[in-house]
Amino acid sequence: MNWTAIKSIYVFEMARFFRTMAQSFISPVLSTSLYFVVFGAAIGSRIDQVEGVSYGAFIVPGLIMLSVITQSISNASFGIYFPKFIGTIFELLSAPVNFLEIVMGYVGAAATKALFIGVIILFTAFLFVDFEIQHPLAMVGFLVLTCISFALMGFIIGIWAGNFEQLQLVPLLIVTPLVFLGGSFYSISMLQPVWQVISHFNPVVYLISGFRWSFFGTADVPIGISLLAIAGFTGLCLAVIWWIFRTGWRIRE
Amino acid sequence: MPTILDVQNLRKAYADGFEALKGVNLQIEEGEILALLGPNGAGKTTLISTVCGITTATSGSVTVAGHDIFKDFRAARTLIGLVPQEINLEPFERVRSTVKFSRGLFGKAADPALIEKILRQLSLWDKRDNQIRELSGGMKRRVLIAKALAHEPRVLFLDEPTAGVDVELRRDMWEIVAELKRDGVTIILTTHYIEEAEAIADRIGIIAAGEILLVEDKEKLMKRMGKKELEVQLTTKIDEIPASLKSDALRLNHNGTALIYTYDTRSERTGITKLLSEVAAAGLVLSDVVTRQSSLEDIFVDLVHEGDAA
Ligand SMILES: Nc1ncnc2c1ncn2[C@@H]1O[C@H](COP(=O)(O)OP(=O)(O)O)[C@@H](O)[C@H]1O
Ligand SMILES: [Mg+2]
Repeated sequence: MNWTAIKSIYVFEMARFFRTMAQSFISPVLSTSLYFVVFGAAIGSRIDQVEGVSYGAFIVPGLIMLSVITQSISNASFGIYFPKFIGTIFELLSAPVNFLEIVMGYVGAAATKALFIGVIILFTAFLFVDFEIQHPLAMVGFLVLTCISFALMGFIIGIWAGNFEQLQLVPLLIVTPLVFLGGSFYSISMLQPVWQVISHFNPVVYLISGFRWSFFGTADVPIGISLLAIAGFTGLCLAVIWWIFRTGWRIRE
Repeated sequence: MPTILDVQNLRKAYADGFEALKGVNLQIEEGEILALLGPNGAGKTTLISTVCGITTATSGSVTVAGHDIFKDFRAARTLIGLVPQEINLEPFERVRSTVKFSRGLFGKAADPALIEKILRQLSLWDKRDNQIRELSGGMKRRVLIAKALAHEPRVLFLDEPTAGVDVELRRDMWEIVAELKRDGVTIILTTHYIEEAEAIADRIGIIAAGEILLVEDKEKLMKRMGKKELEVQLTTKIDEIPASLKSDALRLNHNGTALIYTYDTRSERTGITKLLSEVAAAGLVLSDVVTRQSSLEDIFVDLVHEGDAA
């Protein structure tokens, strides 16, 4: 393992993040606050309780997931797309590093940034609503795993993308709908039976459900299945990335 | 001198089927400067990219100090530094941090003193905290060199380092290359400027259409090409060279109106003064004198055209 290389990539990417820290934080914090105002206060006042918690508190895990997933994907996809776009990727390709090291550097940094933002949103949430976290360790575990797995997915998107439009396309067309329909703002049990069945094909449902369980102890799907789903998703992303570097797809001519 | 880079029968076909390298063989000796000379599209960048791991070879083998670039890529790549043809740099990065990054990427422990030495050597020290976008084109190229040197490579590839730079910067670049050679770095540089190859190389390789046409010691090559012809045009036609002038170096042109004298520009005595006084002594009257040099350019053009015809 070329740990020095992993660290260099990680530190370099994090430096980019810290340079633009204000921008990186303001936008997610602002949008989350707006969600709380609109959903929590305006709509929440008309909804009693969901699964025993106030609606304002109920949407906290979903909101965090929404930001964390979006941030993981956009950080990682941009992180690897940018060197491809401006040509500095030649250096990575000519360096004595293997695919795992490159991934650990880029995905590690992207996941860390997303994690930072997730934590900030959590603290923002405390300003708006009262709630307790029943399983803090599990909560952190879910958060970290989510950051890593979606950063892996973002990495794949960044390598696949041939232009900036494509870079935006997958998050916009696939991820955002999956997250919104994944129970960020409602419990799956509130849906009609047909939609409940359909929802179970949405991987994000398992994530949000597991994450919400760590907050309130209630879940749409069993916690074990949530864990399995996220482990499976991470494994799948890793396999795809391994194949990409194996074949040089879209990076080596 | 031991061979440090050994390229054997290297072929590269791009995805569209175009064969950019058609079985290249090249051996580079440790510590030498090899100039790879070739027209645009000859395959110079492809050759370098393949050796450095940026593109994959279709077949053939490459070893660096005995390490195979595929099987033993870590050891091989650690020894190689690459200054690409295109100026690929992140505009918002700062000079020193991007050079530091390169060293880390190659797995070497941080060494601020070394980075300072490299930046000073390349006259970049004053700009160490500047953003890349604030630098001139020539400065950016120096940053690329600094990045390539940051991990102390033993073999340095410079892909057209002086393409499109002004004369002054070109001289600077040659100076830098000479200095690196003194430090024991093996240098392979590509160029399509013949004067550049003449000015700095130990050996010259000529590549065209994906094939190496020749690799030869520069001195030998220059000697072969350092011949110059002096044409002494006469006012009156003669049938044969006067006996007093006869020598191997002198011949009469086809219609007897000029004497053609071949000499070596690099020898101490070219014999021109002597020839001209003898011509006058022989009673011949000159109408004009013309010189012609067979240059690297001629040989280059000949070789490339032979390559085209084949
Ligand atoms: N990615 C590519 N796909 C297809 N052909 C390419 C590609 N890159 C280079 N070539 C072709 O390979 C040949 C050699 O290119 P290159 O190595 O860049 O030449 P040089 O550096 O000597 O100018 C050229 O004919 C070029 O058009
Ligand atoms: Mg080129």
